[in-house]
Amino acid sequence: MSVLLVLLAAAAAAYVAATWRCRSPWPLARTAAWLAGVAAAAVAVAGPLTVHGDLRAHMAGHLLVGMVAPLLLVLGAPVTLVLRALPVPAARRVSRLLRAAPLRWLADPLVAVPANAAGLWLLYGTGLHGAAGHSPGWSALLAAHLLVSGYLATASVLAVDPAAHRRGVGVRAVALAGGAAAHDVLAKVLYAHPPAGVTGAEEGARLVYDGGTVVTLLTAALLWHRWYVSREAVRAAAQPAAPVAA
Amino acid sequence: MADALPRPPARRRLLVSGLLLGLGVAGAVDEIVFHQILHWHHFYDRASGAAGLVSDGLLHAGTFSAAVAGMALLADARRRGSFVPALWWGAVLTGAGAFQVWDGVVHHKLLRLHQVRYGVDLTGYDVAWIVPGALLLVTGVVLLRRSRERPAALR
Repeated sequence: MSVLLVLLAAAAAAYVAATWRCRSPWPLARTAAWLAGVAAAAVAVAGPLTVHGDLRAHMAGHLLVGMVAPLLLVLGAPVTLVLRALPVPAARRVSRLLRAAPLRWLADPLVAVPANAAGLWLLYGTGLHGAAGHSPGWSALLAAHLLVSGYLATASVLAVDPAAHRRGVGVRAVALAGGAAAHDVLAKVLYAHPPAGVTGAEEGARLVYDGGTVVTLLTAALLWHRWYVSREAVRAAAQPAAPVAA
Repeated sequence: MADALPRPPARRRLLVSGLLLGLGVAGAVDEIVFHQILHWHHFYDRASGAAGLVSDGLLHAGTFSAAVAGMALLADARRRGSFVPALWWGAVLTGAGAFQVWDGVVHHKLLRLHQVRYGVDLTGYDVAWIVPGALLLVTGVVLLRRSRERPAALR
């Protein structure tokens, strides 16, 4: 777990350093979101995820590292920052890399969201997470997996950073709702059939169900708000006849 | 204004907004009144099978997502000036009624996912849930038809 904490500290430091090198002024709110996301992940890794056998603590950690932290990190728009902080030729190479097939697929909500849900089902449905509980290396890997997979899913839905082929808002909203449904069903399955040898299964399942709903609602609100704001320009362009003052 | 009536795409968007918001509001009423206030429903009554769990999960995630999407589309329709009260309200009632009838008939009776209340005779509760739902649905559909037949009169 300490390796993970060092990596998180490095992610915070690298981000702040990049904002200094950024060609245009970087919004403070994005830096705050990134640092809060790193903090949320660090709290989960250092606290609840080190407790074994108690599903309440595990699910509190799961919510923080797999849902809250990814949302905050996505709002930090790290890819945009990298593209603006790097010298132009290097930034071009990065954006070419992002358009390459494997990375393009990972940025597609129809891939990233089902992959995230499938990962959770595999972990909790097969008792893999119980096996991870007994080995520090395994639990660090588990936390890292939750963080990365949650980040990819949230990033693909919110599309804060530039993407090669961005899906329409309807597809992204449906993907988000589908992922939330899979999460809800899994929480109820855990409630009814908790893994062997854990305590607090019912409270843990309810916590992750309710917490997941809150985070998904926030994500949906952000998604549609971003759509509403972006449509301003579309609307103005679509009605050239209307004499609207700039 | 050049065109007094909203063009078909704007009408469709307003219709979708109302349907989604109606669905979302009915789902929220179900959640808040029966789960949180009355405690008639349980988180999971352990009696339903896999199909019921999946349907419940889809409905829960679907209703709150629909409410958010419906609000965004409504805001968009208003800013475009294409808001038609009869069309929108008709769609809201249709969405809410459809949710209630679906929940009452498919969830409670066919899938037996959960019941309105436990430990009592259900007939009265079922009638009190499904009939108003059907009334909402019919009122909504009638409003929608009227807004299509006489669009100008309703502006």
